[in-house]
Amino acid sequence: MKPIVPKKNEPIRIGYYICHCGTNIAGMVDVEAVAKYVATLPNVAISRNYKYMCSDPGQELIQQDIREHRLNRIVVEACSPLLHELTFRKATEAAGLNPFYVQMVNTREHNSWVHTDRTEATRKAMALARAAIQRVPHHKPLEVKKVPVNPNVLIVGGGIAGIHAALTLANAGKMVYLVDKEATIGGHMAMFDKTFPTLDCAMCVLSPKMAAVGSHPNIHLWTYSEVAKVDGYVGNFNITVRRKPRYILEDLCTGCQECVDACVFKEPKFPDKFNLGLGKRKPVFLPFAQAIPPVVMIDPEVCLNFKRGKNPDGTHTVSDKCKKTCVQACGDRKAIDFKQTEEFKNITVGTIIMATGFQIFDAKRTPFYGYGVYPNVYNALEIERIINASGPTEGELIMRNGQRPKKVAIVHCVGSRDENTNRWCSRVCCLYSLKLAHLIKEHTNAEVYNFYIDMRTPGKSMEEFYNRIAEEGMHLIRGKVADVYPDPNNGATGRLVVQAEDTLTNKILKIPVDMVVLGVGLEPQPDSENLRRQFNLSCSSEGWFLERHPKLAPVNTFTDGIFLAGCCQGPKDIPDSVAQAGAAASEAFALIDKGHVEQEPNTAYILADECSGCKSCIPLCPYTAITFDEERKKAIINEALCKGCGTCVAACPSGSIVQNLFEDEEIFSEIDGVLAPVPV
Amino acid sequence: MVANLKLWRLLMPKPKIAFYWCASCGGCEETVVDLAEDILGVVEKVDIVLWPVAMDFKYKDIEAMPDKSIVATLLNGAIRSTEQEEMAHLLRRKSQYLIAYGACAQLGGIPGLANQFPLEQIFQFNYEGGPTMANAQKTRPQVTTDDQGRTPTLPAMHHVVRSLDQVVEVDYYVPGCPPTPRVTRTALTALLENRLPPKGSVIAPDIALCDECPRKATKPANIAFTEFKRPHQALMDPNLCFLAQGVVCLGPATRSGCNAACTVGGMPCTGCFGPTSRVRDQGLKILSSICSNIAPKEEGEIEKVIEGIPDPVGTFYRYGLAKSLLRRKATLPSK
Repeated sequence: MKPIVPKKNEPIRIGYYICHCGTNIAGMVDVEAVAKYVATLPNVAISRNYKYMCSDPGQELIQQDIREHRLNRIVVEACSPLLHELTFRKATEAAGLNPFYVQMVNTREHNSWVHTDRTEATRKAMALARAAIQRVPHHKPLEVKKVPVNPNVLIVGGGIAGIHAALTLANAGKMVYLVDKEATIGGHMAMFDKTFPTLDCAMCVLSPKMAAVGSHPNIHLWTYSEVAKVDGYVGNFNITVRRKPRYILEDLCTGCQECVDACVFKEPKFPDKFNLGLGKRKPVFLPFAQAIPPVVMIDPEVCLNFKRGKNPDGTHTVSDKCKKTCVQACGDRKAIDFKQTEEFKNITVGTIIMATGFQIFDAKRTPFYGYGVYPNVYNALEIERIINASGPTEGELIMRNGQRPKKVAIVHCVGSRDENTNRWCSRVCCLYSLKLAHLIKEHTNAEVYNFYIDMRTPGKSMEEFYNRIAEEGMHLIRGKVADVYPDPNNGATGRLVVQAEDTLTNKILKIPVDMVVLGVGLEPQPDSENLRRQFNLSCSSEGWFLERHPKLAPVNTFTDGIFLAGCCQGPKDIPDSVAQAGAAASEAFALIDKGHVEQEPNTAYILADECSGCKSCIPLCPYTAITFDEERKKAIINEALCKGCGTCVAACPSGSIVQNLFEDEEIFSEIDGVLAPVPV
Repeated sequence: MVANLKLWRLLMPKPKIAFYWCASCGGCEETVVDLAEDILGVVEKVDIVLWPVAMDFKYKDIEAMPDKSIVATLLNGAIRSTEQEEMAHLLRRKSQYLIAYGACAQLGGIPGLANQFPLEQIFQFNYEGGPTMANAQKTRPQVTTDDQGRTPTLPAMHHVVRSLDQVVEVDYYVPGCPPTPRVTRTALTALLENRLPPKGSVIAPDIALCDECPRKATKPANIAFTEFKRPHQALMDPNLCFLAQGVVCLGPATRSGCNAACTVGGMPCTGCFGPTSRVRDQGLKILSSICSNIAPKEEGEIEKVIEGIPDPVGTFYRYGLAKSLLRRKATLPSK
């Protein structure tokens, strides 16, 4: 169809449509009165109300009116433009009118849903309509530009979510950069012993995937690395990655660990982070047996060949005082480099998947449970390591005092569902607590008491798992533990008493136990706020990364081209993390496969003749789209980089930057319109 | 032929021009005189029918003139009193072109800063509370008084100070506090040679001052304010951009055309040429530009930085408060 281009001086003819949205809008707004009022406003050629504007007949109505009434502007008063702006733009375009002659008025989220007085809501709908009616004559025809999408993908975080997303995309032939701040991928899942509800060994299912990542020709695996800088936009992100020095040349290290054996420290002496400090390691170490990449690293804080402490710039100085038996052991492989410094890598990717995971709640914040005070109080992750065959006790459940527990209490909801700590349910604790109950019983045949507030076991096979564990003879007590204290009758042995009210029998229980396990909840990573800023994401008030829509865009973010996977978006179990990682990978793939993104033409441009070259705008652009033309002494905006945020437009002191769809006349007319008196 | 032309010019009536002043300091009048010998050329070509500062005329002479018989009136000063308002209307009626001459007529100017205070507060301070006041009877100017059977009248004060175009229609604006001889000459030449720009134009380039400022090249692209100083608080580098030295300069938000007189002379621009045609509120624009470029991002730190601007209204709205979008609706007198 031939596009309708309004001729100069052609009178403005606006078509106005207010949607009932069933009763969502019409229930609170007198849509007929609004339509009648709008019909009296200048430039309005037709004013209608209709039950569902977004339906096919609703869209057809607009198209028919454009043809029959020669409309050249469209105003739809309905829901959020986030939902249906595209719908009405497309409908308008199909009728031959430039889609940017459409203005939407959000009278549902902004009006009918949030008000209770029908008269006032109707007045508000009129005022909002008038704003759009006064704005839309200033609209200009605009063109959507296509920007190519770089097919490479950055994945931040190498836990199970990041690993799954990386493999999905790499197997599809896409180049993936997988960045993890730790020395190995695997994340929290690598620390678990068994997984609920199937009780299969976590590492048995994870390590093949880790190995696949390590050897995949399409995956650049950068561990012990962090994203230092993010520039650009969907399709073309420019990323700088900081690779921290591990003092081992990754390409040359074979993972033989002969250097570890040869280290001048004959015995492991330093707390082992992977085992949460429950075990010991040497200054040169492999994080754990199946670490990927299988490359050792040197801890400069404790290695004798370094001076103790960091330099002011955070680097370490080589002292060269050690015999360097490790270097001798490494021999011709020459993989050890004490002079290694941090390295910066610049890459360009089209899409990003955030899979930065979670941290466990620090149980010291609930001091009445005695974590960090009584040695026999553990958090759940520590138990995962202790009962793991590769853990510090090689799978023997031995407490810090060297004994095996005969009675164990597991406390659910530690740090969760509590106004004083975190309000949310961490979703996995009930199930992993049941799993730990089973494993503890299996390892020691101890009596196990689970104290829960509510037993939450949703999901496939989860309730069945709960029944199975219950039948194994666990004590399941519905009551929140109030206190953990040393057994007054048996204090010297380290025995503890767990006090709780059994809310089913209304009895206060004081149960003496040997060991207390705290079912700690999940929290956002401590650096999530930094990541949020760096990647320009939104966070929920709790600090989890916010998805674009909780139901309809659960892995998208408000920044195009960045997707979420796993627990950085909120607590979830392994199956859900993997499912979400697959979804995030396919969202990224969909963009890559399409090959381009359509850019909203709400970009800003400089009026070159009017720009005085004052440079006020240049440092403000979050997308570094503005540069200074030294020859002409004027600023220039790279339209492909501009995201239409409007920051420079507001800040240009001489009004020489204009933003499409947000020109001064459009905004001022809108303000005049919304403030104009409306009939009562 | 040449002689005939001279004769024709002699016989033809010269175009009538009026100069008038309202709420102003007299600086604008001075600029007309500052045209120096050029004034002679002007005087030769025009017939000055009203110029209270230099010559004696009566209002009734103006009233008696036919409407539109004055080619152009250059009116300086803001509109504060009823008399000024009356004269604005009268001169509008008698003139083909009414030209707002200088920052006060164009934007409200320095007198417009009075719009920060209610009239009663201004009277109270100036006639009673002011530290140098000795007025036991609390006498205040009255619109009418009884004086031995006669009742002389004085003009009344309006609630707010207004620019000329907030009172009557204005054809052109000559900016500046005061306008420089160059823009004055440009305006008069355009008028006499009948090469007038579109109605409503400001007779100055529509590009900000930085364009002609000799310090422009020294402004860094990554300006980030960590403190603000006033020019007397530090030794100023005579060549470096004032903003780069942490001194508020309104150059980026102000029309050029003054040949950067202030920045060349060692002082930052205070904005007297007003905004470009694309800006409705000069103060808001420079405010949002400067604030966006403040280096700290935490509230307390930001406050420390902006403490360096003790009088933000006087700094950002030195000339433009009367024409500002701020409180404009609330402070106009009700009819």
